[in-house]
Amino acid sequence: MLQNLWDHRIACAAVVLFAIGFATLLLHRNLMKKIIALNIMDTATYLFLTSLGYISNRTASIITDGVTEMERYVNPLPAGLVLTGIVVSVSVTAVLLGLTIRLYQRYHTLNLDEIYMMAQQEQEEDT
Amino acid sequence: MELMDIFELSLLLLLVICGISTCVSKNLMVSLIIFMAYSVIMSIIWALLQAPDLAITEAAVGAGISGVLMFLSLKKIRDIRRKEAEHET
Amino acid sequence: MKHNLRRWLAQWDAGELDFTAKTASPELPQPRAETEWSKEPVRRLERRQAAAFNRIYPVLAAILCTVMIGFLFFTVSELPAFGSSDSPAHNEVTKRYVEQGMAETGAVNTVSGVILDYRAFDTLGESHVLFTATTAVLILLLTAQEEAEPKQQREIMQRDPILRQTAKIVVPLAMLFGIYVIFNGHLGPGGGFAGGSVIGGALILYVVSFGFERLEKLLNLKTFRIIVLCALCFYSLSKCYSFFCGANGLETIFSAGTPGRIFSAGLILPLNIAVGIVVACTMYGFYSLFRRGRI
Repeated sequence: MLQNLWDHRIACAAVVLFAIGFATLLLHRNLMKKIIALNIMDTATYLFLTSLGYISNRTASIITDGVTEMERYVNPLPAGLVLTGIVVSVSVTAVLLGLTIRLYQRYHTLNLDEIYMMAQQEQEEDT
Repeated sequence: MELMDIFELSLLLLLVICGISTCVSKNLMVSLIIFMAYSVIMSIIWALLQAPDLAITEAAVGAGISGVLMFLSLKKIRDIRRKEAEHET
Repeated sequence: MKHNLRRWLAQWDAGELDFTAKTASPELPQPRAETEWSKEPVRRLERRQAAAFNRIYPVLAAILCTVMIGFLFFTVSELPAFGSSDSPAHNEVTKRYVEQGMAETGAVNTVSGVILDYRAFDTLGESHVLFTATTAVLILLLTAQEEAEPKQQREIMQRDPILRQTAKIVVPLAMLFGIYVIFNGHLGPGGGFAGGSVIGGALILYVVSFGFERLEKLLNLKTFRIIVLCALCFYSLSKCYSFFCGANGLETIFSAGTPGRIFSAGLILPLNIAVGIVVACTMYGFYSLFRRGRI
């Protein structure tokens, strides 16, 4: 088991990063920190996917010298999927940042707990 | 091959250290800068994993554009705070 | 109603529809002017609940994280051997993509062939995700006041000689590299996403060092909308044509050509250009919206 973990050290690093991001997402109160942690979780997942597509002693799947045997190239499928994911994650980040700015404009704080309490007070005053 | 293993291992260690210090550091500006360094290290690892498309995209998007957007939103938040302070005085 | 709709459409077409006037109308709930927020929960019961929650929440979160990391490490230890060629991830689909990909799509770079030909529908959805994200940020950050940023502060940054001289050298090179990456998407590493973000970064650097005024003549909200709309429509229409032909890859009237030439690989090169335009415009649009509240 330990040998297998050592062989999969890239996947292990991805798991550790995912855990770091998840813990920060749960425990930190600052909204900006939460967004950064979400980005770290994103990249950790992509790292794990890419490491699954890697085959040792093969080159990137760009066909050279007209050789089209599978025995020469790594798996192109995870790279294609992750490429889509990276660009989606940047647009998600932009939308989250826009929402954060609007929340700050209204409540003048980035602390999620305080925002929650203020929103509750507001609701109570309205009813 | 041995040398490449050491290189890869040190990159992975740096990646984890950058991840931890991004989440731990108190100053938001500092954690953003470390996050950009994290993205660059990630793109080097992707180049090692024979995925050059991903490496280029991550270097441009992760280190460039997400970082710039986060810096801008920090700046905007500071502007709002300053305007508020001016309003009160 | 019908007349209203037509007038609205005409306004929209002329780019005159003012979102900011709509958001400033008195019917919408306005932000409270000067209320003193108390930073404590209102009722006493709630206060006790909140204290209990604050005590127990970090413990629960830590336990959840530990359990999750344990499960994930267990999963990693049970994975098939790293880098082996017979793991189940490398199945017949991958084999087909690598071995027949160049003959069927004409793209030398298999990744580009996969995302823009075999799985073009994915990429179509993703371009629309980008467009939707820009629209969402536009709705969130479009401001009523003209000058979101003090003019003096902007001029300080633009008077910096180091920034200006560096930008003079770096911006054309980065732009050229982005165009190269887009046009070489089917021949080497790169493609629409990578090249588009490089061009977007170059545009952002230009705007940081020389100001919005000069770029605004070329790229304002109207041209932005036309460019992005044309690129997305081109992509959607070519995908529709492939649905019409049986949705088996991305059929075109163009031949695949000789693999390795720059004008080859059927529709992949035009689609790369379209995706690159959408990505570059989106990145610049994000920057402009965050910086000054309009495109």
